[in-house]
Amino acid sequence: MADDKSIAQAYWKANLRLIAGCLVVWALSSYGFGILFRPWLADIRVGGTDLGFWFAQQGSILTFIVLVFFYAWKMNQLDKRFGVNEE
Amino acid sequence: MSQFTINLIFVGASFALYIGIAIWARAGSTRDFYVAGGGVHPVLNGMATAADWMSAASFISMAGLIAAGGYANSTFLMGWTGGYVLLAMLLAPYLRKFGKFTVPDFIGDRFYSSGARLVAVACLIIASTTYVIGQMTGAGVAFSRFLEVDSNTGLMIAAVVVFLYAVMGGMKGITYTQVAQYVVLIIAYTIPAVFISLQLTGNPVPGLGLFSEHTESGMPLLAKLDQVVNELGFRDYTADVPNKLNMVLFTLSLMIGTAGLPHVIIRFFTVPKVADARWSAGWALVFIALLYVTAPAVASMARLNLLNTIYPDGPTADAIKYEERPDWIQTWEKTGLIQFEDKNSDGRIQLYNDSPEFAQTASQRGWNGNELNVNNDILVLANPEIANLPPWVVGLIAAGGLAAALSTAAGLLLAISSAISHDLIKGSINPKISERGELRAARISMAVAIVVATYLGMNPPGFAAQVVALAFGIAGASIFPVLMMGIFSKRMNNRGAIAGMLAGLLSTLVYIFIYLGWLFIPGTNNLANTPDNWLLGISPLSFGAVGAIINFAVAFVVSGMTEKPPQEIQELVESVRYPRGAGMATGH
Repeated sequence: MADDKSIAQAYWKANLRLIAGCLVVWALSSYGFGILFRPWLADIRVGGTDLGFWFAQQGSILTFIVLVFFYAWKMNQLDKRFGVNEE
Repeated sequence: MSQFTINLIFVGASFALYIGIAIWARAGSTRDFYVAGGGVHPVLNGMATAADWMSAASFISMAGLIAAGGYANSTFLMGWTGGYVLLAMLLAPYLRKFGKFTVPDFIGDRFYSSGARLVAVACLIIASTTYVIGQMTGAGVAFSRFLEVDSNTGLMIAAVVVFLYAVMGGMKGITYTQVAQYVVLIIAYTIPAVFISLQLTGNPVPGLGLFSEHTESGMPLLAKLDQVVNELGFRDYTADVPNKLNMVLFTLSLMIGTAGLPHVIIRFFTVPKVADARWSAGWALVFIALLYVTAPAVASMARLNLLNTIYPDGPTADAIKYEERPDWIQTWEKTGLIQFEDKNSDGRIQLYNDSPEFAQTASQRGWNGNELNVNNDILVLANPEIANLPPWVVGLIAAGGLAAALSTAAGLLLAISSAISHDLIKGSINPKISERGELRAARISMAVAIVVATYLGMNPPGFAAQVVALAFGIAGASIFPVLMMGIFSKRMNNRGAIAGMLAGLLSTLVYIFIYLGWLFIPGTNNLANTPDNWLLGISPLSFGAVGAIINFAVAFVVSGMTEKPPQEIQELVESVRYPRGAGMATGH
């Protein structure tokens, strides 16, 4: 049982690390590039406007999709590696 | 064939389809009624979630809001999609593993407290009811315009249709109608957008057209739009906002509100496995993004089209004569959503920004005030007419707008009725109620919820998107934090959770009421709702994120000062963290 418990804890830690990494990208693509850093990205032109505008109206959404699928895929791997997947 | 007949055919056919599904997907058990039997395929659930999620606000109002606000209103795009990242990683898989029927179910069990469960029910009912009002008014607007009936009559028709499939089929009926409604609404949204994008930029993909060249002027579309709005005294479409704090908090409120809305969360209880809940969130986001990537294109293109209609020879030349206005302006004038007043009596329609900065230019041009008021909500609905698209596209938009409003209304009504029949009646008042008795109670609660929502739809407290944004503040400040703490903190106890939820809920409500009136009664607000009055420039709509922080802080302080949760609760938290052993969702 002690073994089970340490495996379970390692699995949860790995999940938390993965979530933290994903949320950094999540925040960067929306709050970062889309809002706060927009003035500093103003020189990078995209289709008649700047990169910040693109992130705010399109880039962030596309990033979110990639993130959610990446997370689901990674978690399936973790589930298997730690043997906590559903039968 | 007249436009009215075409609209009637499209709306009638889509309604017949929904009712057909309702008859096919009747609920035989509470499992069917609450979680559609628990065997919904993740891709189908993703589609149903997208329809559940995309409301009258997303379909009808959002592009109008972006068209009016430009970059500043990108908050809606990021906020209403970014919440799915939080949902997929922080809530959905664990709540699915927990395997019960409702959101208050989890809160009640995890915090071993019927008090916590009741606070959760109250939060759920406030948030969902606020939200459903917007759907009902949205359906009323669509009906009144396209089927030429009084908007209250339209609302009643919509209520009857929802009644048929939601009361009969519960979550099972709602799930499969939502799949059909998603297909209707996405086709309806995309087709006019493709035509308009082709007309303006030659690019058939609206999301790409937005960043392409405007064919007529040879300038980038957004640069052209900036130029046109600028010449009429408006702020540049792509202009940055000075108050970044408010923009960040508003986006965050929308995101955590999205993740904390019970009608969205319960959709993830319908899939067979924990892994399916994760995939399903991804699919939901794909289906949502199909509309959300198109919406900003519709916004900018419709605004440009509208201004081109009013100023056919460019914004520096004469405006169009009122006598020569296009048919669509005449039809929308009848609904009162477009209003014209010839202030300078020159028989022309001047549409511009009535600001002090632009006053000099305006008076030089002989203008005596902005003469055309266009309600944001009509932009998407009028889009096909503004762009001279064939009548069947208009019929499609009518069916699509109604699909968006009805699918969300049904999801919300299910969340409300299951909170009443499952959490209030079975969970608190009469735990010994039989399966059949609970199913009957669920149907009766659904019926009552529909009647109440219809009444409130006829007497709404504010305009659609505003109300929706408020519901988000409440869901984000009360429900999201408590769910997250229930999963991620084993130490969080019942007292902490209840104190946190109440602190988040009350602080958010008080802040909103101070500016928008107590219980939204006009004239009872303590301060005018203007940026100068806002605390640190935080709008009442952005306060949900602050409320969430207050919720977390109060919960951790109170929990830290009181005893640890019992051993079996800590084991429950352990068990929701690991996918193994997730059975079907049950009520026991």
